[in-house]
Amino acid sequence: MSTTISSTAARSRTRPARTPGGSSRHRGPYPGWFYLPAAVIYGVLFIIPTLLSFYFALTRWTIFDSEFIGLGNFAQFFSEPALTKGFVNTFVYAVLTSGAKVVLGLGLGMLLTSQIVGRGYLRAVVFFPVLVSSVGVGITFQVLMNPTKGAINAALGVIGIDGPGWLTNPDLALFSVAMVDVWKGVGLATLIYMAGIVSIPKEYYEAAKVDGAGSWTLFRNVIFPLSWPATSTVVTLSLIGGLRSFDLIWAMTRGGPGFTSDVIASVIYKQYQAGFYGLSTAGNVILFVAVTAIVLPLTRFLARKEVEL
Amino acid sequence: MTRTAPHPRTTRAAALVVALALAPLAACSAGSLGSSSDEGGEGGTTITWLTGSDETAQATATSIVEAFEAANPDITVELDGRPAGGEGDNLVKTRLQTGSMADVFDYNSGSLFQQIAPEKNLAPLGEDVIGAVDDTYLPQVSVGDTAYGVPYGTAFGGGVMYNRDVYAQLGLQVPKTWAEFASNAEAIKAAGIAPVVQTYGETWTSQLFVLGDFHNVAAANPEWAEQYTANQAKYATDPAALAGFQHLQEAHEKGWQNADFASAKVEDGMRALAAGEGAMYPILSANVTTLLSADPDAGDRIGFFALPGEDAATNGLTAWYPNAVYVPKSTTGAKLEAAEKLAAFIASPDGCEAQTQAAPPTGPYLVEGCELPADVPQVTKDVSAYFEADAQSPALEFLSPVKGPALEQITVEVGSGIRPAADGAALYDQDVEKQAQQLGLEGW
Repeated sequence: MSTTISSTAARSRTRPARTPGGSSRHRGPYPGWFYLPAAVIYGVLFIIPTLLSFYFALTRWTIFDSEFIGLGNFAQFFSEPALTKGFVNTFVYAVLTSGAKVVLGLGLGMLLTSQIVGRGYLRAVVFFPVLVSSVGVGITFQVLMNPTKGAINAALGVIGIDGPGWLTNPDLALFSVAMVDVWKGVGLATLIYMAGIVSIPKEYYEAAKVDGAGSWTLFRNVIFPLSWPATSTVVTLSLIGGLRSFDLIWAMTRGGPGFTSDVIASVIYKQYQAGFYGLSTAGNVILFVAVTAIVLPLTRFLARKEVEL
Repeated sequence: MTRTAPHPRTTRAAALVVALALAPLAACSAGSLGSSSDEGGEGGTTITWLTGSDETAQATATSIVEAFEAANPDITVELDGRPAGGEGDNLVKTRLQTGSMADVFDYNSGSLFQQIAPEKNLAPLGEDVIGAVDDTYLPQVSVGDTAYGVPYGTAFGGGVMYNRDVYAQLGLQVPKTWAEFASNAEAIKAAGIAPVVQTYGETWTSQLFVLGDFHNVAAANPEWAEQYTANQAKYATDPAALAGFQHLQEAHEKGWQNADFASAKVEDGMRALAAGEGAMYPILSANVTTLLSADPDAGDRIGFFALPGEDAATNGLTAWYPNAVYVPKSTTGAKLEAAEKLAAFIASPDGCEAQTQAAPPTGPYLVEGCELPADVPQVTKDVSAYFEADAQSPALEFLSPVKGPALEQITVEVGSGIRPAADGAALYDQDVEKQAQQLGLEGW
């Protein structure tokens, strides 16, 4: 699915685009009016609030009135002690989860497109966690990871390992949540990879086999490069998801213990919860800029690599 | 051509109709979420009461509603639940802002009450409603001379619940100074019992060492709260105020905490306390209800004392005033009348009686004519004794609107050994600055 989308995008960039309709005034069979309902909803619920937030980020507002304070909120937000930690944690979390999803997704994708027993069942099992709500997963794992009463440490205890406080150890909490995020998200990455791998034409495998390629060479020179569109989709999606991640972290640790597993989004949410609306709006603007600054060049880079292939 | 000509016109007209139909829909759907404007059947009035979603809150409200409906057969009260803590605050503020608040709701008194802009959002309550309310309570729910709420529940204390059996077995006395507390803790630890129960699975409980110590801060400097509000007193630089953070650090460093302190919840803490696995649990006395649901027989075994400070002579309790029941301005007409009737009922001896039936009182009711029953738990008796001896002073949140939102995270860090006490106090001073600025206080 993603392959077709990305490769059409790549092709339209290399070839001059041609409009199928002929004259430029009558593009499609439907009048422009048809855009109106969607445009109204999109404008009222998205464009206007987004633009307003850029203004409100410069004010100290309560529910009832606002006072313009210039860049004060941004200065305050950057002096927020939890924020430095939050920024570092966000990047660690995003890189870690998207890296693990690429590696595991590619591996599982290859495994589940090969001829193995119970393939349909295994595909369903791998994909299943994607369907469960993040908060549900978070609460479940919070119970499983309880240091004294949780199933994970009980299981480790049976084989003689004294399990750590997964979510209560300040050095471990973020990684535990990242692990659960990977467990939950790897199904989608696998699905994308499976689509990518399946769409590689048989001729490449046959040609490689004729040239005497082993399975490593086959992976190195055929499967990995030709499923690049899938890789770039997985990286982009999971990186954006990781940078914005909030629900799972909030459900599992609430940024704790203390501030040790705070990410930008949870810092913002806490400011909002405390009634610092201007401050949290400024935080959201910062998050927006940060995500754009990382993801935009990255997608450009990934797309360029696609064209080079 | 003649056949196709009318076609675009009709589609265009249809699209216009759809667009016109959708536009007001998009505009109103956000506002109508969560509104509860269904009139009750049989000619009576139905009002909704937003209260806590936890078991105790629902049981207490249900008990009041049953008694109230029996006295007012034409009024039906429905209950709605909200989460506790910051999330609940947020929900209350958002619903008030959007005019979608339930007809009656209960919420904190004191400085949190001031933050929901009472003059704009709440309906003032007349003498017929607040007549029986204790005068000491009214400032906590008033702006100027106008009162907006009636007390819901009893006053309570922030201090230490302790296992009296453990104390008796080891021959210990209730500590009046921190030094005595520390030596008791060492004796309890030597006996193989966790001296201090901590439950960071629910982060708010970590704040007690700091918030419950305020009586001692006020005893050392009676002007502290005003100076704090005026940005002149700080936790990090005032030794009496810093003591709370230091005691918390000491409890961690000396290994007084229960082994599962990082993940335990209040129920776990109460169970450990009732079973004698832990001896002293700094908590609000209001949580005696959780204690009794964890162990119904623990009422006589568990007592309560105030967090001790430096000086035995000024030993006393940090007191919390009860929450209040408010009526938002969005309630009008027959519903307003019914809501005021409910508020008046809550602030009457019958209302106290209904509350006592649902859950044992945790301190004195601040309504004239309300008496505590004789069989209240020991914790309540100990708390009431502080009130009777007048050895109590209000918690900081009733004296100053300055309260930082991150205190519970900071105290978890101090109590877990992630951050030293002085550092935590300094961080908290920084945290409250935002609150003061948001409220537009002078001097910040």
